[in-house]
Amino acid sequence: MSLIDSDRPEEAPPAAKIVVTRLNAYFHKFHAIHDITLSIPGARVTAVIGPSGCGKSTFLRCLNRMHEHVPGATAKGSVVLDGVDVYDPAVDPVRLRRRVGMVFQKANPFPTMSIRENVLAGHKLNGTRLKDPAALVEKTLRHVALWDEVKDKLDQSGMSLSGGQQQRLCIARVLAVEPEVILLDEPCSALDPIATARIEELIDELKERYTLVLVTHNMQQAARVSDYTAFFYMGDLVEFDRTGTIFTNPKESKTEDYVTGKFG
Amino acid sequence: MSTAEQLPMDQAATRRERKAAATRGTGLGDRVFRGVLLAFGLTVLAVPALMLVELAGSSRLAIERFGAGFLTRTIWDPVRADFGAWPFIYGTVVSSLIALVLAVPVSLGLAIFLADLAPHRVRRPLGFLVELLAAIPSVVYGFWGIFVLVPWLRESIQPFLIERLGFLPFFEGPPLGFGMLAAGVILAIMIVPTITSISREVLQAVPQTHREAAIGLGATPWDTLRYAVLPAARSGLVGAIILGLNRALGETMAVTMVIGNRPQVSASILQPAYTMASVIANEFAEADTDVYLSALSEVALLLFGVALLLNLLARWLVNVTKSRLERRAA
Amino acid sequence: MTTATRPSSAPPPPHRTLLEPAPGERLRRFRSRFFTALCVLCAVVVLVPLFSIFLYVVARGASGLSLEFFTGLPQPVGEPGGGMGNAVVGTLILIAIACAIGLPTGILAGIYLAEVGRGRLASAIRFIADVLGGVPSITIGVFVYALVVVAMKRFSALAGGIALAIVMIPTVTRTTEELLRMVPSHLREASLALGVPEWRTSLLVMLRTAAPGIGTGVMLAVARIAGETAPLLFTAFNSRYWSADIDRPIASLPVQILTYATSPYKDWQAQAWTGALVLVLLVFCLNLLARLATSRGGKGR
Repeated sequence: MSLIDSDRPEEAPPAAKIVVTRLNAYFHKFHAIHDITLSIPGARVTAVIGPSGCGKSTFLRCLNRMHEHVPGATAKGSVVLDGVDVYDPAVDPVRLRRRVGMVFQKANPFPTMSIRENVLAGHKLNGTRLKDPAALVEKTLRHVALWDEVKDKLDQSGMSLSGGQQQRLCIARVLAVEPEVILLDEPCSALDPIATARIEELIDELKERYTLVLVTHNMQQAARVSDYTAFFYMGDLVEFDRTGTIFTNPKESKTEDYVTGKFG
Repeated sequence: MSTAEQLPMDQAATRRERKAAATRGTGLGDRVFRGVLLAFGLTVLAVPALMLVELAGSSRLAIERFGAGFLTRTIWDPVRADFGAWPFIYGTVVSSLIALVLAVPVSLGLAIFLADLAPHRVRRPLGFLVELLAAIPSVVYGFWGIFVLVPWLRESIQPFLIERLGFLPFFEGPPLGFGMLAAGVILAIMIVPTITSISREVLQAVPQTHREAAIGLGATPWDTLRYAVLPAARSGLVGAIILGLNRALGETMAVTMVIGNRPQVSASILQPAYTMASVIANEFAEADTDVYLSALSEVALLLFGVALLLNLLARWLVNVTKSRLERRAA
Repeated sequence: MTTATRPSSAPPPPHRTLLEPAPGERLRRFRSRFFTALCVLCAVVVLVPLFSIFLYVVARGASGLSLEFFTGLPQPVGEPGGGMGNAVVGTLILIAIACAIGLPTGILAGIYLAEVGRGRLASAIRFIADVLGGVPSITIGVFVYALVVVAMKRFSALAGGIALAIVMIPTVTRTTEELLRMVPSHLREASLALGVPEWRTSLLVMLRTAAPGIGTGVMLAVARIAGETAPLLFTAFNSRYWSADIDRPIASLPVQILTYATSPYKDWQAQAWTGALVLVLLVFCLNLLARLATSRGGKGR
């Protein structure tokens, strides 16, 4: 994977999956992100980078309305997914999260559930009846390259796996509910380089079918994996462009300073 | 998994100890200080040990005289110096069980509410009110019990129970108000704060990330609780319930004032009864013979022993759960 | 290293728009609301007795609040007037004795556990202190009777104070230890680096920093023992007179309330309500103060 998006050299930008317009988020009085406007392209990986505290995780959590779960947290603005503003009062956040899945910084398989039950957790929580749960479990575990490693111990606890395996299990759990968008909040920050490489490989494969938004503090990872990159700084969106441009020819000087390592 | 699972507080203690050992003073003042502290630490250790020894000593006469039959016989005759503690054991156990049946659902519901479901602004004042409930002295509970609870039971609840369920042996008898049911209800009110506060602690120890995983998959608040939070907290919640039971067993004044104080064993919860703590409270100061005193001491020993065991079991459960959850959050 | 299977390139199945409910969603949402409502009901059920007790005690007891209540002695049956002055004073004296014995023990044991204690002995002491907190207080009364009352051949305030001290030690120990652990260790290191001996560091630096929190814990412990009746029944017993002797029986508010409340005489019962009101107010105020102190000091959980 090279820095420049050589797979799709000079095509027109794909259709936007999520259109964010003037998004603001607050923690009580603290104004965490200011007037963010950008369009997240469908079937691509969009990376969100920036120094600590710049609001990238907050932004991500606004996309599936998990931001408002923190006491005192509010958000204003619009986030339009396939033509519907998710902040519309008629939209139930619970419903939204079936279509927009999330993978967290530290792998969090449900501790009292087995591997099999973890994969099926999304359906169990939503009460959907499956025609063939075993097939779904195998399909998703194969998809995240975990099947061969765990096929003989599907009934063991999810916590018996290594960190990298647990994170892949969490991704499988998200995939099992067939979302359209997958949000990843620094998914590799707690993993070793080999596990990280496998997850990055997986991300590259997932983008054919899903829209991915990846928050990372690791610039090299963003450069390796993403098609588009958004650079946040102190709550503002400084620049949003194709990854190749951001890393080789950024328009803003702050962007350039960050990607060349002058700060952050 | 290591066999010696240390509690996080002990782990932190070990780290501090190593640090402290490196800076341990050797002056006379320091050694005296450490000696004094150790002495007081050992005092705290010594008190329950001494209690056990002393109670066992006081009970010796009764143990020799009555043996194991003390636990099963129903006679309690100070005049003829013949004692059997079964009515009190029965009364203690049944009143505590009634209390548990009534208190556990309410406490768990309240704990879940305080830990997960309540709006954040409500949590602190509500938590404080529950603490106040715990702070009311036992004798005031009993007093209120006599003048408010018992008449209410006598006039509203018990006639209803007799009318609808009187064919069952559990609800036979005249509606006296005083009795096993009254004791059970008042105990239930008194143990709710205990079960609630410990359950709440255990629920709050469940790392937020588990909840987030469920919410991220599109779970409703109840689903999150049911699948992500409660299973992880289960054994700690059991510990909380056992601590509530422990409190119920040892509760004296409120029970004494409403239970009727009649040493009898009856299937009906509408009948008066007597508990181990109550008989000690009522009769100890007037016990005039050595045997009498010894029999009461043996009752106290039993109470102490059971409370000790339950407490050990419960605290172990709660500690193990909390440490497991804390380790996962780390 | 296994490779992932590439998914088919067919597009994902079409989803309903966000404005339509998914199958089963209404049921789940209803169930979630239903259980939340049940939990609210639990909260209400718990609050009912709290308010009932408080209102009843105030309603029945407020009218008896008078100077005579606090200065008068219990009168024989049938004679009007009288008060529980000796019981109020007695409770204060018993609390004082209990604190004199229980506070140093509990605090020093807590300091031991936090600052000096090592390994298994400290773990054992910590555990046993917790366990002592769960022991029925009446058995503590029986214990102190055998140890002190029998030795002194009479009931006494001292015996009552000792019994209450044993009740308060676990709380005080635990609070002291927890609060000392919350003091950041760099304060300790800074003091040691200045050449202050270890024992002075513990007392003057760590303890002083933790003092407000410990004070709160003490308030709560005092609130607890102020209302204890069972351990006093055969240690301090009761008295109808003013007394400040620690080797004589002494009246106390809870025991006096018990005596009057369970009597068949209406004016005694009325006085018992006033006594209960005084006791409840005392306990509530201590709890409220402790709560306010924790929230302001920022040492709360």
